[in-house]
Amino acid sequence: MKRTRLKGLLASALGATILMGLAPAEAKTLRLLTWGSYAPDKVIQLFEAQYPDIKVDVTFSNNEEMIAKLRATGGAGYDLAQPGFNRVASAQLEFDIYKPMDLSKITPGRIDPLLMERTATETTVDGKVYSVPHFWGTSGLMIDKTKAPSVSGWDDLCDPQYKGRTSMRLKRTILLGTAFAMGKDPFAAYGDLGAYQKILDDVTAKLIACKDNVKAYWQGGDDLTTLMLSGEVVAAETWDSTAFRLFKHNPNIVYVPPKTGAHAWIDTFTLPRKGEADDAAYKWINFVMQPEIVTMMSATSGAIVATKDGMALLPEDMRKAVQAAITEKDVEKFRFAPGVPPGIEDLEGKALERIKAASSK
Amino acid sequence: MLQKDAQRLSLLLLLTPFLLWILLLVVLPQLGIVGISLREKVGPRQFTFGLANYLAFVQEPIYWNTLLRTAVMSILVTFLALLVGFPVAYYIAKIAPYRSQTALFLLCLVPLWVSDLVRAFGWIVLLRETGLISGALQAIGIIKGPIELLYNDATVVVGLVYTVVLFMIVPLVSTLNGMDNSLLEAGHNLGGSRITVFRRIVVPYAMPGIVAGCIIVFMMTAGSYLTPILLGGKNSMWFTEQIYDQFITRYNWESGATFGVLLLAFTSFVVWLGLRLTGQKLATTVAKD
Repeated sequence: MKRTRLKGLLASALGATILMGLAPAEAKTLRLLTWGSYAPDKVIQLFEAQYPDIKVDVTFSNNEEMIAKLRATGGAGYDLAQPGFNRVASAQLEFDIYKPMDLSKITPGRIDPLLMERTATETTVDGKVYSVPHFWGTSGLMIDKTKAPSVSGWDDLCDPQYKGRTSMRLKRTILLGTAFAMGKDPFAAYGDLGAYQKILDDVTAKLIACKDNVKAYWQGGDDLTTLMLSGEVVAAETWDSTAFRLFKHNPNIVYVPPKTGAHAWIDTFTLPRKGEADDAAYKWINFVMQPEIVTMMSATSGAIVATKDGMALLPEDMRKAVQAAITEKDVEKFRFAPGVPPGIEDLEGKALERIKAASSK
Repeated sequence: MLQKDAQRLSLLLLLTPFLLWILLLVVLPQLGIVGISLREKVGPRQFTFGLANYLAFVQEPIYWNTLLRTAVMSILVTFLALLVGFPVAYYIAKIAPYRSQTALFLLCLVPLWVSDLVRAFGWIVLLRETGLISGALQAIGIIKGPIELLYNDATVVVGLVYTVVLFMIVPLVSTLNGMDNSLLEAGHNLGGSRITVFRRIVVPYAMPGIVAGCIIVFMMTAGSYLTPILLGGKNSMWFTEQIYDQFITRYNWESGATFGVLLLAFTSFVVWLGLRLTGQKLATTVAKD
């Protein structure tokens, strides 16, 4: 008798432990690892109103930190991440931090098929697709057209005419942009590390010589916004979304696709390998692709949502900014960066270090 | 006998939190870092054991230049902090009336109530080209055009001194407080000039505080991250930034860990050298007789 009671006790204790272990998975918190402004409070409120059993928990980050965070835990701690499309495959190969996407769970017909395909091609590892697109946009130049009207190419940031009045971000975009402006094609050299190093050497020399011309290297959108709005900087490398947002505050600040072509990027939805709320993640993805949410999303992020009618659904003032900046011809010239093969980022990192450590006069 | 055991037990219990803290949060992570730094990457998710990361550091001038630069600037900051901190500490401990001492001391603490980040942004607001100081100078008519005070090494040094000077003042005040005023009087009575009294009596007495302050300040400066990054310009690479870059932007934990180990070893070496050169011992700064 006594024995069975003990057994019962043990069993119920065991049951309780198992239940406790399961509970977090059932309580449904969607832990979102994303960029600043990609998950506005209003959208979260609407989402939580529609799915009362899901609570959304947002962490803001950037490409590098997202990968670093997921790498540290082997893909745990978050249920949905939003890395750039050309960083997914290499990170997956190196660190195994994502799980494949079940495309059948994405509401069909909403996402732009071209962007969908491009994302799928770049994020396929071992025949499995890891990402769907969310936002897309371009990197290019931002100018105050009253003060720096002649800036139209990446290398114009190094024009001595604007000495101490330009800014850029010391990341791979400026390396690639400068390479294109010098008439080279870095993407073509992706397969050949030696050739790529040669291009990088030239670019490094150019950017070190240019250092004197640059006021400061910006680190994030807020930095850049302050520099531009205060008038301390008149021409800068930028994400188009940052420029579009500034257009509201100062219509003289416009986005300029560089003449060698703006660099297009796609930020994706990707599932971390040890995510615990895949269903909620798919619900979020489908939720934010609805037309009325798309407009809200674009209003805060300044970027274009990757749905078929993403452009048309931009808020009024932003559509104006986009129309003022981008023509059909520019769109044809967009450069979609191919996935970054292993080894390339090491070389680029070294080049960036050299530029940062070099002294300007 | 029993009492002795109880004593031992209470000592052990009291020490446990400290030991756990030291072991789990300081020693183990450091060992982990050393472990990672000895790992060589041969391919995706494949590693071997080796010293390649340390070799890479030696072979790349950028890395050790940054480390040297950080060390030199940290020493400069330490020296300036001592220069600024000593008079303040001396005033609080020896000259100010006893009743206002606490208030003055508290006043020194006020900046610490605000986070590092906010203080750095405070400097940015003041010093930027369209900032307050530049604007004020133009309004008075001292300068004609706007002037950029941010983004250079001098700004970084000033910002760092401001951040760390308190950690110089606290140990100095506590040592100087313990100094008997009659020592000074005796010095003066025996005909010592102010300078002699200061050099032969005050400084030697305050030495433990000076050494302790310098060590804390130097270590804090060399390991600081926010101030150099936010105030520094396009040239000012700080070694901690290098470590962050290796870990986060370049996904190169091995080399980041190596740099971490090297920073610890190098700063410890500088402190040891400083102690050797000034003829001090670490023990005298901790235990006061």
